[in-house]
Amino acid sequence: MKLPDLTELALRNLRESLLRNSLTTIGISVGVASLVAMLSLGIGLQQLASRRLMKSGLFDTVVVTSRRDLRNFGRDDERNAPAPGESRILDEPTRQQIERLPNVAEAYPDIRFITELRFEDKPHLTTVAALPASAKSNDAFETVQGSFFSSDIAPEAILQKTFAEELLGKTPKRGLDETNVKDLAAPLLGKELIMRYAQREPAPSTPTANGKNTASEDQSLGAAAYSVVSREQKLKIVGVTELDPESMRGPTRARVFLPLGLAENLHVMQPTDLRETSRAATDQPLYAAVSVRVKDPSKIQAVEDAIKKMGFNAFSILDASRSIQQFFKVLYAFLGIFGSLALVVSSIGIVNTLVMAILERRREIGIMKAIGASDKDVMKLFFAEAGAMGLLGGVIGVALGWAIGQVINLGTNIYLKSQSFPPEHFWAVPLWLVGFALLFSFLVSLAAGLYPAARAARLDPVQALRYE
Amino acid sequence: MSIRPNAPAIHAHQLCRHYRMGDALIRAVDGVTLTVRPGEFVALLGSSGSGKSSVLNLIAGLDRATSGSVIVNDRDLAQLSREDLAHYRLHTVGMVFQSFNLISSMTLAENVELPMRFAEVERGKRDSLAREALTKVGLQARMNHRPSELSGGEQQRAALARALINRPQLLLADEPTGNLDSRTGTEIMNMVREFNQQLGMTVVMVTHERALAERYAQRLIFLADGKLIGDESNSPVAANATERGRA
Repeated sequence: MKLPDLTELALRNLRESLLRNSLTTIGISVGVASLVAMLSLGIGLQQLASRRLMKSGLFDTVVVTSRRDLRNFGRDDERNAPAPGESRILDEPTRQQIERLPNVAEAYPDIRFITELRFEDKPHLTTVAALPASAKSNDAFETVQGSFFSSDIAPEAILQKTFAEELLGKTPKRGLDETNVKDLAAPLLGKELIMRYAQREPAPSTPTANGKNTASEDQSLGAAAYSVVSREQKLKIVGVTELDPESMRGPTRARVFLPLGLAENLHVMQPTDLRETSRAATDQPLYAAVSVRVKDPSKIQAVEDAIKKMGFNAFSILDASRSIQQFFKVLYAFLGIFGSLALVVSSIGIVNTLVMAILERRREIGIMKAIGASDKDVMKLFFAEAGAMGLLGGVIGVALGWAIGQVINLGTNIYLKSQSFPPEHFWAVPLWLVGFALLFSFLVSLAAGLYPAARAARLDPVQALRYE
Repeated sequence: MSIRPNAPAIHAHQLCRHYRMGDALIRAVDGVTLTVRPGEFVALLGSSGSGKSSVLNLIAGLDRATSGSVIVNDRDLAQLSREDLAHYRLHTVGMVFQSFNLISSMTLAENVELPMRFAEVERGKRDSLAREALTKVGLQARMNHRPSELSGGEQQRAALARALINRPQLLLADEPTGNLDSRTGTEIMNMVREFNQQLGMTVVMVTHERALAERYAQRLIFLADGKLIGDESNSPVAANATERGRA
C-alpha cells in the first residue's frame, strides 16, 4: 500500500475512536512536553552560564606573564621552557607582538598596584587595577550603578561594592544581609577620591665632564635609570559595581578601577619594576602581566599555545570551562533520561490503544485480509496509526513544552525583578531540540506500535472473520 | 504466469483440514477431491458443519490445508508464502460473504476501492473504476453512504462490486443470500449469474438452499461431515453457461 493511502486510512481509523486516540495523543504530548521542558531548561541554564562566563571575560582572556615572574600559574610549563633568568621580559614591544597574533582582539597591560586612596580625608588601602574600554561589556559593568568611564583617560574611578562599603563605613557583619548597591552608590557618585601613588619617572640624562650625554651608553650597558616620585591623582567616582569583575584573580583582585589610558599615563611604579631594577634592559616600563582578549573563545587554546611558543607563561580558564561543559553534558543526560521516561510511559498508552483497536477491529482486519491485504499492509497500517499519534503528540508536546518554558521564564523574571535583579532567559528551545523531540516521539511511538502491528498482521483471517 | 490450456480452474486433491478442539480432532474437511472447470458455476451444498465453508476458505487461500492440495490456475496454494497468498487473494479471488463484510467506517465507494489500494492502483483510476463498479450494481446514487445507511440487498450488491473490482478469475460466495429476503436474494443471484456468464468468471457458491443452487449452478457438489458425498450436474443452466464459456 502506498504511503498517502496508508496515511489516509490511518487518520481515518484514528478519527473513528476520537476520544480514546485523543487521550493517548495527549499522553504522548505530555511526555514530549516534559522532555522538551527538561532539555530546554538544561540548554537554557548552560547558555545562561556561558553568557555570564563569556561576559566575565573568563573564557576569552589569556593572562600572559613572563617566566621571569616566578609566581607562575602553570608549574608544568617550567620544565620544558627556558630558565626564568634566561627568558624574555614582558614590555611594550612584546605586548604589540602578542596583539599581532592571529585571533587576538586586543592585548593590554595588566596594571595593578596596591596604593592608598583618601576619601573625605580618611586613608584606605586597596588594590587598584586599570581596565580597557572593552571591559564595558563585562557583565560586572552591565549592572553598574552610575556609569562606565567617560573616556580611556578620564580621571574617573569605579568602585567594587566592598570598597564602597568600606568608604562609607558600612561593612556588613557576617550573617547579616548585604547592603543594597543602590544605597551605596547614591552618596558616592560624583564624589572625589585622592589616589596617592609612586610614579616611575625616567632619570634625566647626566652630562659628563666632556659634555656628552651618557644615557645611550647606560642603555647599551643594559641598565636604565629612573626615579620614583610620590604623586597624587584626583579621581571622580562614576560607578559602583555589585559583581566582582576580577573574580578569577583571587587574592590579587582589585577593588578600584581606573581607565587604562589614564593608568598608563600615570606611570605607576609596578612591583615588576623593582624586581627588574638589577638588570633592566630598557627605561620603558615592564609589565607584570598582559591580558589578551581572543576574538573567538574557541580559538583560545591556539592563542595560548602561540604565546607559550614565544616563551611566556599563558593561562586561561579553558580547563575550567571543559569541566563546566562536562557538567552540563551530564546534566543534559539526566534531564533527557527523566524527560524520556515520561515519553516512554506515555508510549505504553499507544500499545494499549492499539491492542484495544485490534480487538475492536478484528473483523475489519479479517475483511482486509480476505480482500487481499497482506500481513505487511496490516502491519504498516498499525504502524502508521502509531506514528501519526506520535507525530501529532510530538507537535502538541513541543508547543506545550515551549509554553511551559515561557510561563516559568516569565514567573522567574517577575521574581527576579522584585529582587532587583535583571531579567534572564533560563529557557531555550533551539530548532534542533524541536526536530529531535518530534523524531524521538515518532520513533518511540513506532516502537510502541511494534507489538500491536505484529499481532494484527499475524491474525488468522478465518478466525477474524468469525469474530462478532 | 502461463496457464495450461484446458487446465481446471480449481483442482482439489484429497483435501483435508483437521484441527484440534481440546482432546477432540475435528475433521472439517476430510479427503475432498474435486475439479472445477473455468467459467463453471458450482454450488457447494450441505447442512451446517458439513465443511462447505471450510472448503471455500481453503480455495480462497484464507486457510491452509492439513494435507492434500488445492491447485488454482496451475498454482498449488500450499506452496505459496503468506505474502503470495495475499497477492493471490487480491488478484485471483473475489469473495462475497453472508454478512456482507463491508467496513462500517467507510463509504461504499471507499469499501469498493479498498482492494485497489492494496493493489496500489492510482487514485484517479481507482475512483473511476469504483464508480463504474457501483453503477453496474445500481448503487451509483449511494456511493457516499456508509453501509449502515443501506439495506441488506444494497450492502450485498456493494460487496459484489468490491469482489469484482480487481477483475478476479474466481468468485467465491459464502451463503450470499443467507441474510436477504427471497426477492433481494434473487436479485443478487441474477447479478452473480450475469457476471459468470458475461465475464466467464468461475463461481463457487456455498449454500444450504438446494432450490437456489439448482436455479443458478451448473454443478451441485454435496458435502457431509467434511466428505464429498455427491456431485451432480445441473443441465439446463449448465448447457447455456458452458456454451458462453467456450465462446
